[in-house]
Amino acid sequence: MKNAVGRDIPDFLLKNGKEVYQGKFYMDGKYIQKAGPKTRRYEKPQESKIVDSIVDALKLCGAKSGMTFSFHHHLRNGDYVANMVMEAAVRELGLTDLTIAATSLGDANDPIAEYIEEGKVVALQTSGIRGKIGDVVSRGKLKTPAIIRSHGGRPRAIEAGEVHIDIAFVAAPTSDCVGNCRGIGGKSNCGSLGYAITDSRFADKVVVVTDCLVDFPNYPASVEAIDVDAVVVVDSIGDPKKIASAAARISKNPRDLMMAENVAKVIASTPYFKDGFSFQTGVGGPSLAANLFLEKFMDERQIKMGWAIGGICGPMVELLKKGKVGKVIDVQDFDLDAVNSINQTPGHYEMSASQYANPANKGAFVNKLDFVVLAALEIDTDFNVNVLTGSDGVLRGAPGGHPDTAAGSKCCIIVTPLIRGRMATVCEHVVTVTTPGDCVDVLVTDYGIAVNPLRPDLIKCLDDAKIPHVSIESLKEKAYSIVGRPDDLEWEDNVVAVLEARDGTILDVVRQIRPYKG
Amino acid sequence: MKVEKTAVAGTLESSDLMVTVEPSSGGIEMDLSSSVINQYGRQIKAVVLETLERLDVKDCKLTIVDKGALDCTIKARVECAVFRSCGNSDKNIPWGGAVR
Amino acid sequence: MIPRPRPKRFRLRRTMMFMNAQKPGLIKDAYIYGCDSIMLDLEDAVAENQKDAARFSLYHALKTIDYGSTEVIVRINGLDTPHWQEDIRVCVAGGADGIRIAKCESAQDVLTVEAAVLEAEREFGVEEGRTLLMAALESPKGIINAYEICTASKRMFGVAISGGDFRRCMGTKFTKDGVDLMVARGQMLIAARAAGIQCFDTVFTDLDDDEGFMAELMQNKAMGFDGKSLINPKQIRPVHDLLAPTEKEVIWATKVVEAYKEQSAAGVGVFTVDGKMIDIAFIPGAERTLRLAKACGMYEGDLV
Repeated sequence: MKNAVGRDIPDFLLKNGKEVYQGKFYMDGKYIQKAGPKTRRYEKPQESKIVDSIVDALKLCGAKSGMTFSFHHHLRNGDYVANMVMEAAVRELGLTDLTIAATSLGDANDPIAEYIEEGKVVALQTSGIRGKIGDVVSRGKLKTPAIIRSHGGRPRAIEAGEVHIDIAFVAAPTSDCVGNCRGIGGKSNCGSLGYAITDSRFADKVVVVTDCLVDFPNYPASVEAIDVDAVVVVDSIGDPKKIASAAARISKNPRDLMMAENVAKVIASTPYFKDGFSFQTGVGGPSLAANLFLEKFMDERQIKMGWAIGGICGPMVELLKKGKVGKVIDVQDFDLDAVNSINQTPGHYEMSASQYANPANKGAFVNKLDFVVLAALEIDTDFNVNVLTGSDGVLRGAPGGHPDTAAGSKCCIIVTPLIRGRMATVCEHVVTVTTPGDCVDVLVTDYGIAVNPLRPDLIKCLDDAKIPHVSIESLKEKAYSIVGRPDDLEWEDNVVAVLEARDGTILDVVRQIRPYKG
Repeated sequence: MKVEKTAVAGTLESSDLMVTVEPSSGGIEMDLSSSVINQYGRQIKAVVLETLERLDVKDCKLTIVDKGALDCTIKARVECAVFRSCGNSDKNIPWGGAVR
Repeated sequence: MIPRPRPKRFRLRRTMMFMNAQKPGLIKDAYIYGCDSIMLDLEDAVAENQKDAARFSLYHALKTIDYGSTEVIVRINGLDTPHWQEDIRVCVAGGADGIRIAKCESAQDVLTVEAAVLEAEREFGVEEGRTLLMAALESPKGIINAYEICTASKRMFGVAISGGDFRRCMGTKFTKDGVDLMVARGQMLIAARAAGIQCFDTVFTDLDDDEGFMAELMQNKAMGFDGKSLINPKQIRPVHDLLAPTEKEVIWATKVVEAYKEQSAAGVGVFTVDGKMIDIAFIPGAERTLRLAKACGMYEGDLV
């Protein structure tokens, strides 16, 4: 069945009430009955929940074949925990037919690809899917289609019972003996633990894995002891160098700076740019550099940013410390500056993925967001964005908070070079739709700016500010005139991944790529 | 033109390609690998064959490692390799003629 | 094939950015940065055994890439190398706007190149006289002969000094106050002005020294340079900003040119604007200011 972005969704996926994407805010006003976990009562007092090893924790929680395990990705490329747990489950306990419901998976999780090939892991639910796992799933080795969700869509699905987590594993930089966790104060700090919070409240069992045991009570706690079954202390939960990079530096690349300046000009031309405005950026070159130019406009007009959200890094913390932004609400920290600031710098707070972007609650932060600046792997002439599949059809990205912030914000700006190597970013049809075009407002490239025709109000803003803009078709033609028109990718029939929109409807599918035949 | 000896042109840098031509006795043989093989494999081959035709090369063995080069770079590297293989690459090149 | 407009001998050349003809990934985007000219290099940026490959890359780069309104100049190898003749052939065949003669020391050098360019224009069916020339002065002899070089050909649009090579000849080192190149710069500027062509200063190679770059730029402006050679896109904006006229200057120039048009139509040759005496001698300068202002987007009228 064709959905609202013109993608054909196979009928076999439309069962159990699953519908196709029908436009943003389609589910507004509907009611949900939330699904609760089945939890054990620990009425008798326990002094400590510490068990000797991950295997012991698995046994305590009654781990069985066929279960769903969840992990968060706050330790990013430095994470050891997901791999340690899966190795214990598969190699030591001999479990099989497992489902991994991670908030995201990356290169750090390459060892899991082996379990997929062996058929020990048969299902995946995640935002990010990259590296060896992305490769293996693209080649059709995962028994069931992987389900890809945004950061907001995941807590929605968990709360609605679409994802039932048997055991949630929470990697915690610090924990006390009964499972109060924080993202700072240890040796592998990650700052915010926002992605772990929903899991800790809705999973049947919760296991905390930490490498730094601290005194009770470890307060204020991000994950609370009232939700935790067991605590495991290991030597190391991750590699600190890969968890938080050294302070993110603003690009000096003239192309990035040129695009960043244009982004700031567009923002400043809209009526939403007034004292107290709210803002979110990504961490890519031009996105981050936009902070710099935005600050200049803020100074010129003598206005301040009311609040900023998102994945946070150094430059945003700088603005907070300079008093140019009122509050920073943080779901993930990317660099050491941000890790060291959260809950320390006044005004820098943690939020959960649900508070950040869940479309099914009574109003997440993205609903009040004025501006978001994002990147894209591809964007087509309907402004649909792809941040998941490379142009070769292989899974190597993540929707993350992209679809959520695009849908909620008043002005969503995508900034990207027109061409990367020989690949046109602006194209006829994106390989996979991860953010639908009706949520994307402005595209800024190094060859020009395009505004979505669905926003005549923004077109007028740019015209009034004398900011030149062109049609997105002309940008596509320009791109193809430089790199040549690419051949279409060829696909097998079987579906390897399903893209859920943030509201749970199906946005797109990814099929197995057919290898090139000379 | 006749390919007389083995010659190489180009590099393995991003957006470039490395072309090796060798003499052959039977037609044109091409071994192509590319970082964008799915989307541009066919086009790269077409540009290479077109270029060889303009240079009137009927027999040669080509090994091409492409790192996402544009058509203009592909032509330049193939032409340079062919002219080098005849020892004639630095004077009196037919600009605008066989090379275009 | 992108047809290129006929090269103009007199146009804005505030920024002339060097690019390696063998880096296709960079060249295709050159015009985005908005410099007035780019200089594709066949000389020092290209290794001796890759001169042939660079020509093929250059030819196709000239023929396929859209440079917008950015001028394309090619720096050919010196007349003391075996490469310059083939370099000229490929430049003309490819449709380059102009050729930069490296190590130019005399009017004869210019004439030698001009003859080869004319022959190439005839060989490749290019309009005779289309290809422009500029000279890079890199030695004391070049500086001494600056005036004869500037006037050697109608194709000559400008001269530049090549600081690095010149300092080597002189046995001097870069100084912050510019004293090491002061006389050479001065002599070259005077020759260029006397000949009525443009003059460009040398590259500033320390990309991390923003202060030093600005100091040299301000001296360049004060001495009267038309533009500067650059090695990195991040240097473009400071040059354009500095060479841009101030709002006051634009308003003044507009008044002067408008008044002149009115008064000369009425047969008056000398008049006052805002209490200052103006005659025809002031007009070229005022028009130049307006042209610069137009290029920077500061002036949108039709007086120039």
